[in-house]
Amino acid sequence: MEAWALQVAATLNAGTVLALAGLGLLINERAGIVNLGAEGIMLMAAFAGFATGVHSGSDFLGFLAGGAMGAILAGTLGYLVIWLNANQYATGLALSLFGTGLSAFAGIKYTQEKLGPRPHFEIPFLSKIPFLGSAFFKQHPMVYLAILLALGIAWFLYRSRAGLVLRAIGENPESAHALGYPVRRIRLSAVIAGGALCGLAGAYLSLIYTPLWVEGMVSGKGWIALALTTFATWRPGRILLGAYLFGGVTMLQFHLQGQGVQIASQLLTMLPYLATIAVLVLISRNPAWIRANMPASLGKPFFPEG
Amino acid sequence: MSPSRTSLLCKLAACTALAATAFIGCDKKKEAPAEAPKPQAFKVAFAYVGPVGDGGWTFAHDNARKALEKELGDKIQTTFVEKVPEGADAERVFRDLASQGNTLIFGTTFGYMEPMLKAAGDLKNVKFEHATGYKTAENLRTYDSRTYEGAYMAGVLAGGMTKTNTLGVVGSIPIPEVIRNINSFTLGAQSVNPKIKTKVVWVNAWFDPPKETEAAQSLLNQGVDVLMQNTDSSAVLQAAEKAGKYGIGWDSDMHAYGPKAHLASSICNWTPYYIKATKDAMEGKWTTGKAWWGVKEGAIDLVSISDKVPAELKAKIDKVKAGLKDGSFVIWQGPIQDNTGKEVLAKGKVADDEWLGGIKFFVKGVDAKVPGGK
Repeated sequence: MEAWALQVAATLNAGTVLALAGLGLLINERAGIVNLGAEGIMLMAAFAGFATGVHSGSDFLGFLAGGAMGAILAGTLGYLVIWLNANQYATGLALSLFGTGLSAFAGIKYTQEKLGPRPHFEIPFLSKIPFLGSAFFKQHPMVYLAILLALGIAWFLYRSRAGLVLRAIGENPESAHALGYPVRRIRLSAVIAGGALCGLAGAYLSLIYTPLWVEGMVSGKGWIALALTTFATWRPGRILLGAYLFGGVTMLQFHLQGQGVQIASQLLTMLPYLATIAVLVLISRNPAWIRANMPASLGKPFFPEG
Repeated sequence: MSPSRTSLLCKLAACTALAATAFIGCDKKKEAPAEAPKPQAFKVAFAYVGPVGDGGWTFAHDNARKALEKELGDKIQTTFVEKVPEGADAERVFRDLASQGNTLIFGTTFGYMEPMLKAAGDLKNVKFEHATGYKTAENLRTYDSRTYEGAYMAGVLAGGMTKTNTLGVVGSIPIPEVIRNINSFTLGAQSVNPKIKTKVVWVNAWFDPPKETEAAQSLLNQGVDVLMQNTDSSAVLQAAEKAGKYGIGWDSDMHAYGPKAHLASSICNWTPYYIKATKDAMEGKWTTGKAWWGVKEGAIDLVSISDKVPAELKAKIDKVKAGLKDGSFVIWQGPIQDNTGKEVLAKGKVADDEWLGGIKFFVKGVDAKVPGGK
């Protein structure tokens, strides 16, 4: 039993990186902006978080630096695509490549650096409950923060006036503009907020999940997070679920191997990507479903004068 | 266009070029002495598969290069190229190094075998040294270290320290070298604790820290309390540190990455070989062949043994080490059974190097199947 409880705990831990980044990208896309730079942003944030953690000795400052790095890079992307109307897909890809290269270049000196002792968390009393304690209540605060964020974002999008405006801009920026909403500024704040969350995800990776810095260490998680928004049909709750599902598949693959189950490990390594494709195919086959959820202006430029 | 605008554009172009070199990722560094080298300086080059800062495999090779420079001083001049991908690109790097006047070139990963063979065919005046390969030519020889001896000693340590009798190995790629290490680790553990079982998880990469972390975590979740790794980063040891379990450093001394979890590091010391090979080439004594160095030649050692290890267990390891050094102790001596119960090495028989090079089974006590095996 204990082994499965630890498996659940590891799944939550593995899913948190994807959940944070996926939620950030969800906010972006709800406002009509695709951020294909996620992978590069996460790498830069992982580097910034780690370097700050090493020099300051504080994880909190590390997370702050990661979030800030994400916000700055996303803000740059936002300015390019919202004000200068650069193509969102091309600009995002460029940012992704740029972030990958720059983080590798800037991080050369940090590949052998070490962080201080890693913190250990448990919630008093709750962590003593058999099974549930080890499974759910011995996690890093960021794991719970990701869950709270999903709830908060769901409330924001569906229950608050500001969320309604954000969704309206994502669906039809021209109408929102006609009603007098500052479309560009709202879009930019959505992109910056989304970038900050991607940044937190990157910092979580280098500060807590794999506490070291290596170039390219995000290894595709940014792309999975992007796929996750479609997988979740732009719903915060489903993002969380999808993130844990992908995290779980990764952990399950190693668990099965350890049990001596004879499945080609190469095949298991492909599983998260196969699952992404399978889900994409499934939801795309139902046009009503995907159209009902996909922000209508996603990826399209907006000209307030026009 | 105004002049200031032009200069801005030039700057932009320079920045782009700079970024582009970072992307290509084949960073070239030259460690030249302060003054111009004397014309007779013997030029030696190294091609590494990883970054020198990996803290493991490539780090160990680069430390040996520095030691070589220290030993031979200004009689030689060394150059290295890091992150050279395995495959066709590597050949270009070897030719480039040769054209710069290097007459001895080391390539430090298995995947350089074919590119090196091709380059060696054309560049007859250059001596090539290839780590962990098996193909040779008149100017290409191979060298390797008996990492399995370190794995065996680490196994003795792990077998003596485990409380759950379950050991775990994070494997990189299921090739004979790695399978042999997992087996030797298990044999070592069984020599002090016949009840142990070894679990194995493959990550299919030499260097992928997040995956190594996940694999280590999964082993820990299944009751493993001592982790061994055949991957290059310190992620596995750090996972053990976080979980309050034990880990064993690999290739380089990883003590500092997990001071509480670290039991010992099985290290490769390439210095003796690099000094010998360079001297061979300088003195004209270089001939082709295959070198496989271990504890005996000072190429393998188990270092930084933790204070938590009882003196009695330490003494056992010292005995094994002494036996390997003077040749009185042999790891691969029959009877040895594979994990299906079949006898693979008859009683009293000692495995030769060729046999060791073709191991494709797990020994008794390894709770796994070789991927792709029957």
